[in-house]
Amino acid sequence: MFSDPDLLKFIFGRLTLESIPYHEPILVATFCGVALGGIALMCLLTYMKWWGPLWHDWITSIDHKKIGIMYIILAIVMLLRGFSDAIMMRIQQAIAFNGSEGYLPPHHYDQVFTAHGVIMIFFVAMPFVTGFMNFVVPLQIGARDVSFPFLNNFSFWMTTAGAIIVMISLFVGEFARTGWLAYPPLSGADYSPGVGVDYYIWGLQVAGVGTTLSGINLIATIVKMRAPGMSFMKMPVFTWTSLCTNILIVATFPILTATLVLLSLDRYVGTNFFTNDLGGNPMMYINLIWIWGHPEVYILVLPAFGIFSEVVATFSGKRLFGYASMVYATCAIMILSYLVWLHHFFTMGSGASVNAFFGITTMIISIPTGAKIFNWLFTIYRGRVRYEVPMLWTIGFMITFVIGGMTGVMLAVPPADFVLHNSLFLVAHFHNVIIGGVLFGLMAGVTYWFPKAFGYKLDPFWGKMSFWFWFIGFYFAFMPLYVLGLMGVTRRMSQFEDPSLQIWFIIAAVGAGMIAIGILSFIIQLVVSYIKREELKDETGDPWHGRTLEWSTSSPPPDYNFAFTPVVHDHDSWYDMKNRGYARPLQGFKPIHMPKNTGTGAILAALNVVLAFGLIWYIWWLVAVSFIAIIAVAIGHTFNYKRDFYIPVETVSAEEAKRTELLAKQV
Amino acid sequence: MSPIVRRLCQLSLFLILPLMSGCDLVVMSPSGDIAQQQADLIVVSTVLMLLIIVPVLFLTLYFAWHYRHSNTKAKYDPEWHHSTRLEVVIWAAPLAIIIALGAITWISTHKLDPFRPLDRIDAERTIPEGTKPLEVEVVALDWKWLFFYPEYGIATVNEMAAPIDRPITFKITSSSVMNSFYVPALAGMIYAMPGMETKLHAVINKEGVFDGFSSNYSGAGFSHMRFKFHSVNQEGFDGWIARVKQNGTALNQDTYLKLEKPSEREPVRYYATVQQDLYQRVLNMCAETGRMCMSEMMHIDMMGGGGVESHENRDKLRYDNRHMEHYSAGHGPVPALGATVPASGEPAKSDAAPHEGGHSMSGMNHDSEGPAPAQLNKN
Repeated sequence: MFSDPDLLKFIFGRLTLESIPYHEPILVATFCGVALGGIALMCLLTYMKWWGPLWHDWITSIDHKKIGIMYIILAIVMLLRGFSDAIMMRIQQAIAFNGSEGYLPPHHYDQVFTAHGVIMIFFVAMPFVTGFMNFVVPLQIGARDVSFPFLNNFSFWMTTAGAIIVMISLFVGEFARTGWLAYPPLSGADYSPGVGVDYYIWGLQVAGVGTTLSGINLIATIVKMRAPGMSFMKMPVFTWTSLCTNILIVATFPILTATLVLLSLDRYVGTNFFTNDLGGNPMMYINLIWIWGHPEVYILVLPAFGIFSEVVATFSGKRLFGYASMVYATCAIMILSYLVWLHHFFTMGSGASVNAFFGITTMIISIPTGAKIFNWLFTIYRGRVRYEVPMLWTIGFMITFVIGGMTGVMLAVPPADFVLHNSLFLVAHFHNVIIGGVLFGLMAGVTYWFPKAFGYKLDPFWGKMSFWFWFIGFYFAFMPLYVLGLMGVTRRMSQFEDPSLQIWFIIAAVGAGMIAIGILSFIIQLVVSYIKREELKDETGDPWHGRTLEWSTSSPPPDYNFAFTPVVHDHDSWYDMKNRGYARPLQGFKPIHMPKNTGTGAILAALNVVLAFGLIWYIWWLVAVSFIAIIAVAIGHTFNYKRDFYIPVETVSAEEAKRTELLAKQV
Repeated sequence: MSPIVRRLCQLSLFLILPLMSGCDLVVMSPSGDIAQQQADLIVVSTVLMLLIIVPVLFLTLYFAWHYRHSNTKAKYDPEWHHSTRLEVVIWAAPLAIIIALGAITWISTHKLDPFRPLDRIDAERTIPEGTKPLEVEVVALDWKWLFFYPEYGIATVNEMAAPIDRPITFKITSSSVMNSFYVPALAGMIYAMPGMETKLHAVINKEGVFDGFSSNYSGAGFSHMRFKFHSVNQEGFDGWIARVKQNGTALNQDTYLKLEKPSEREPVRYYATVQQDLYQRVLNMCAETGRMCMSEMMHIDMMGGGGVESHENRDKLRYDNRHMEHYSAGHGPVPALGATVPASGEPAKSDAAPHEGGHSMSGMNHDSEGPAPAQLNKN
């Protein structure tokens, strides 16, 4: 039966045995590791009888706190993958000298740097940021959940589905070899006929649905669900930055989606949007992708700015300096971020006036950003700074980010960009701002909100280890790249001819090794803190003497977050409430209306993985089946009327009584 | 400074200095006037920004230290959160720097626009009356560089030369995907794009051999897409031209189409004679006989377009320089799409198109499969 090639082709599309990279030892070893780990995990789940709780309490959960935590778990898992790619590149570049080809042939190396960029941006930074916004925003505005809880669960699973599609490419077929933005014509059907770019397209399209929907959800939440009294100008700064970020998401992700649709039309049905011939225009793709891509940078960094604002005020024991100017700076950055995309390709041949315009708009962004730095600085001024781990990340950020900002403005001067573009100087710059800005912020946020999420603090010793190794490792890993950039070394090279460069790549590899220790310390920190959770326990719900509403409830918060919706009078509502001698209500509880869990999100996302797999491998029957299934499940879900329930008064009272007892113990 | 700190500083200096002396920061100390101005701009903008960066770094460290929790002598004012005067300063100071930098940017972007003909040889010398710039037409191929010298009727692969102090006009295109033409010692980069022409005006002021390469990732052979730029005096340049003419072979459409196929680490090649319109054909994506040139199509469009009949031109306008049609036309085995892993025995198609097999396009001579004269050249 299977001797008929046409039948085989019908069943498997272009998937053949040869598509499995069983001859690549690195991939086989990775696969064995993943498979063994997966089997061990499944055994553990079965042995501990955790399958049920996993499904009922997590996978189907529409609780924004759990979804936020799951986003962050996804981000940490993908960070390990993205960082493995980084280490592989650093080792390759450190040894591929003097005629040595290193250990990664271009075929593999080019996939590695593409995957590194795609994973770090789309599946590490994005879910990390979205996870924080999900977890923190409803708590900060005194809401019980987001506006559309089911949509939230669906968004999360679509993001995960995208990550799964990209991960499948590791073991079935290959990933794109185009760089993380897949510029045509290289990414077109003529020059990349394999499945790599298709994995890229469908991974991003599926995840993009999740991101866009979660953006809509959070905007609605922030606009409509704030506690009474919390006017826009009394919102916590993190909520403000989240609002701006989500506006950016909703305004820009459709551009990415549309651009990738055009690229897939070129690849699948032979249109000529971005081809060399028949009127196609690859430059249009580059413009479109950066009209999304530049705001994307601010989508990542604005929430990090928000985290720093919360951390710096809390640990300085002082109200944030210049709240209003902070808000205006955030909004200014949001708007300006749309006006600078062309600075990613000054060297594509635009006229001098166009280049100068975009160069100057880029520089203008540094004004509100600079104002923010000063605001944090003057928050510390006349404060009482407690050097807990989140504050260390913040100081580390302020120093590192300023340097990254400076090199960014250098790159914004078009004639200077003509000699620095696409060089390792550029690579150093954007790692400088993404690691020094986004990642440091996320790490500060993890340490800061961890006790809120789990009820115990993270162990400070391993937190400090993680910080110092990341901080120093960053300088070792990326300062050499600045030097190499000034030596005229281009990015995305897998082999080098000039032996004098090697020492710098070795230093950079050492730096990457230090960062690896930093990541390891973070994982050890999670384990150690879990073991010492009794010792590190937070029973007050307010371990850092916080200032915003999330610290007014217990740690972890009850399912319903707040038994009574708080009423807000001033900035830093919780600090204000504490000062006014707020008394927690102990009676008069009412049943609380809550949304009900549903598995539809996870099922739809799983079907989307199947659909994408069919599209990537041209398995058209699978495409048809899974597409019909998606529609059927989606329609079926509209008949699900069991969407909400009431938490009975007894449960609320019992929950609140427990907290009263814990709080009484503190005094 | 305590003695230990001083010792550490000395130690780190000892470690860093030999490293720095061993490296050649070509971007900061180039040999061409344009690149020199670009380097100066990097220095100027850095200094301007340091005016604000240094105080910020200093204040961060000082505040972070001074207002630490254990320092109870420091003033603590938990309600202090606004100062109009300070707000004005923190918005105005960066604004002032950006106004200065913005003015510099506007002027320098226009002055150093790669499309703008030069008006000086270096900071001291203007261009002498009647100087004709050296014209070089550059084609980025997979993965090598082809240089045409229309004035001399020659062409070279992976090596170029130019006389010092004579303005050079580069016209740059690509045959397949995007690349970027970059000689750091000479001037900034500019993209090389298929079917399009970018320009770069530059001048080299010092003799020497400099590196040139593609600075935009273009596929598997990208790492070795490098060439040497020989900057020589007039006699040296004349000698180089003579050498190319003496050792070179002929470059015509046929040899070009063979050269165009993807290959890595190509040796230097010289072509003593060049088919007249070859660069224009490459630029207009009609190096293959039977293709319609883009310029021709644009001319038709300019005259009002061909209407329904223009559909007949569609096939002639297809540009498929990786020769994928070769497979679909039934020549040779159809490789499993997607299976580009090495063990399949098939090279990844985007890595290397079929090296054997020739072209199946109309108008091509199928019988001439012997190596082209150019490929016999061992220079």
